[in-house]
Amino acid sequence: MTTVSMTVNGKAVSADIEPRTLLVQFLRENLRLTGTHVGCDTSQCGACVVHLDGQAVKSCTVLALSCDGATVGTIEGLASDGALHPMQEAFREHHGLQCGFCTPGMIMSAVDIVARCGHHLDEQTIREELEGNICRCTGYHNIVKAIAAGAEAMGASSPMQHAAE
Amino acid sequence: MYAFDYHRPDSLRKAASLAATVEDAKFLAGGHTLLPTMKQRLASPSALIDLNRVKELAGIELRGRTIVIGAMTRHASVEQSPEIQQALPALAELAHLIGDPQVRHRGTIGGSIANNDPAADYPAACVALGATIVTNKRKLAADEFFTGLFDTALEDGEIITKVVFPVASRAAYAKFRNPASRYALAGVFVAKRGSDIRVAVTGAGESGVFRLPEFEEALKKRFSPKSIEGLKVSPDGLIGDIHADPAYRAQLVAVMARRAVAKAAAR
Ligand SMILES: Cc1cc2nc3c(=O)[nH]c(=O)nc-3n(C[C@H](O)[C@H](O)[C@H](O)COP(=O)(O)OP(=O)(O)OC[C@H]3O[C@@H](n4cnc5c(N)ncnc54)[C@H](O)[C@@H]3O)c2cc1C
Ligand code: FES
Ligand code: FES
Repeated sequence: MTTVSMTVNGKAVSADIEPRTLLVQFLRENLRLTGTHVGCDTSQCGACVVHLDGQAVKSCTVLALSCDGATVGTIEGLASDGALHPMQEAFREHHGLQCGFCTPGMIMSAVDIVARCGHHLDEQTIREELEGNICRCTGYHNIVKAIAAGAEAMGASSPMQHAAE
Repeated sequence: MYAFDYHRPDSLRKAASLAATVEDAKFLAGGHTLLPTMKQRLASPSALIDLNRVKELAGIELRGRTIVIGAMTRHASVEQSPEIQQALPALAELAHLIGDPQVRHRGTIGGSIANNDPAADYPAACVALGATIVTNKRKLAADEFFTGLFDTALEDGEIITKVVFPVASRAAYAKFRNPASRYALAGVFVAKRGSDIRVAVTGAGESGVFRLPEFEEALKKRFSPKSIEGLKVSPDGLIGDIHADPAYRAQLVAVMARRAVAKAAAR
């Protein structure tokens, strides 16, 4: 067992874990943050996407110990003061989910896309950027709509960032 | 995944001495090949030496007419580097075509070339540009580094520290992606440096990356897609699998070569 410490959703956490513990296992099993899902064995589906030091990564393919000292953000950390994050709200509004299994990964990826590509996203960009996220229900159409709307809403709700662009 | 011991050195020297003393250890870079392989129990090293803390291994530097990329540099950093976009846009484009955004945030150039997957993208760029692979022990020309399917000239415990790419006046990469895995079904990197012209193919060869001498000769006469219009690629030694048979791959390679030359010639 080795001790790992990191900041998850703004809170300092620490635990003794086996070296083979994946980040996703650490989040789900040690911290009980079960919003991050596991949908495959091959690093392809994106259900497990979280933010590691501000970048979207597949938490099923990172060792928890590699994240010692890092800052991690999960789907549970997006809403604040009981209000959904604009991207979560957009998925609800635009019917961007059916069973919901892929949704946490989709939303974490979407927020990362906005951070990298800005608030005005065309359909082509969104579809390309979503290559690492698989959905078995929706056919993607409403996910793409939700992300475009969520990206705009994120711009509107942070005027400072908007002005800086 | 089977249990293993974990080491996290913070310098190249410590990483190398761990590799020399710890039995049956493997280096962990981005983990985007190694961890999936360990999950499937296709690999079961007794120890991992995590290179993520070895700061001296990451970074991009333009040095004269070369671009030096540290082994632990992520694909996303290569894709987004203003220096590379300016001096060698073909390499930034290649990095952009690897996997998906999340894979590019973790995967490293060192891990990719050490692994030498026959469908990986970087080997084609290394061979076409005549890159030098620098390790903690020596320097190797790309032509001698990639020795076969998942095989390289690396010795046990040898660490890639950086890759040195000469800047080419004209270069381009054309890739036909497997739509499911996004690895190359056929990828062709073309580079022209002065009178030296190289055409390197990935995704298609049974022994990994290879060059097309006939195409190179034709392009030396005139650097234009017209020069290689009639040239065919032999299906001998090409990969045949559920995605494509050797004849189909041979056809794809010729098409990707023409596309890459057209793009490079227009630069
Ligand atoms: C869904 C998915 C899609 C992908 N698509 C593509 C694609 O389209 N094109 C493509 O090229 N790749 C693709 N990849 C592979 C990806 O680029 C990997 O990141 C890369 O091949 C390995 O790099 P890594 O840093 O993750 O290495 P790791 O997995 O950490 O290591 C791979 C091997 O290299 C060794 N190693 C690592 N660093 C060094 C070093 N500095 N010195 C010596 N040995 C070292 C390790 O010991 C291990 O044996 C994909 C991967 C995934 C999961
Ligand atoms: S669980 Fe499928 S990519 Fe991580
Ligand atoms: S909503 Fe069911 S998998 Fe995407």
